[in-house]
Amino acid sequence: MINILSLYALPFIIVLILTIGIVKKVPIYEEFTEGAKDGFSVAINIIPYLVAIIVGISMFRASGAMDSIATFLTPLLTKFTIPVDSIPIMITRSLSGSATLGLFTEIAHKLGPDAYATKLCAVIVGSSETTFYVLSVYFGSIGIKKFRYALLVGLLADFIGIVAAVLVCSWIFL
Amino acid sequence: MNYIFYILIVFSVIFGVINGKTQEVVNAILDGADVSVKIALSLIGIMAFWLGIMRIAEKAGLVQWLAKLIKPVTKWIFNDVPPENEAIGNVALSVSANALGLTNAATPIGLKVMKELQEINSNDKETASDAMCMFLAMNTAGFQIIPATVIAVLVAVGSKNPTEIIMPTLIVTSIAFVSAIIIAKIFQKFWKNKLISPSEKGVNND
Repeated sequence: MINILSLYALPFIIVLILTIGIVKKVPIYEEFTEGAKDGFSVAINIIPYLVAIIVGISMFRASGAMDSIATFLTPLLTKFTIPVDSIPIMITRSLSGSATLGLFTEIAHKLGPDAYATKLCAVIVGSSETTFYVLSVYFGSIGIKKFRYALLVGLLADFIGIVAAVLVCSWIFL
Repeated sequence: MNYIFYILIVFSVIFGVINGKTQEVVNAILDGADVSVKIALSLIGIMAFWLGIMRIAEKAGLVQWLAKLIKPVTKWIFNDVPPENEAIGNVALSVSANALGLTNAATPIGLKVMKELQEINSNDKETASDAMCMFLAMNTAGFQIIPATVIAVLVAVGSKNPTEIIMPTLIVTSIAFVSAIIIAKIFQKFWKNKLISPSEKGVNND
């Protein structure tokens, strides 16, 4: 049912904007093409920033560093009723969206939809964004090189999100 | 960012050698570079589409109307942006698009917000403004009402009740979202006092 909302939201918004445009006598075809012109330059502008961050994170993933961190943190985190299988996701969440989704699919397949680890991971994945990706794309598109405190805030919020996910899930699902 | 870039790459090489994965690390350079360009190119079409639609929304006065509607909240959150600036209306649209899981629309609108914030950036054009940091804090926290992708995965592995995760996700995403805004607000004050930033030019008496 809830999926219906997200299915209809998009076409509804588009129709609404076009209708209001026509009613207000905006030359919608001319304005559309005028606005769309920028699409190319914005997408091309972010390439150098994307290359920097995605190459860095791909190398980090390939090096097995995340597994090493996960092994290192496991004894500590299992004390807080955190299942071992969900630890890699917590580390990957801020770094790589595709890796996180891949890990989540793997866990869901391995443990089944009813496992506590699957549900905890589902909440972690669903409630957050890939901080590094968002920052590099958004800042990259306008050529910002000094992020100031943006990364720190993003990572702190991710950390709070994970803590909240662990608390809320252990309260609802355990 | 300089240190993070350095640490990412140097750690990767060190861990790669320790774990005997140097070949994988080297391959990742090529793969990562390739993926980056593919992501950017795949953005062109959808970027163009949404920028076109957004231009109509602006010319029809929709964005300005939205900005006025949420003024009571944004006046506090974005105290360094004029409350009826178009960027504010677009912030609302971007957050709504994210909340509904419309990632395809959220990114183009979000990038448009950044461009508008850059126009009123009082720092040099390579340094983030407080408004940008705030907007990105809201974005990286990723407020979402319907975690569509996650539900799709749960359905694929045979979950009988995939929607049970909506409630906890909503609670967690709200906590993260509100904390992000509050943390960004705290940093905004702290960072200003600590560094003699160019934003001193426009002195704020809040």
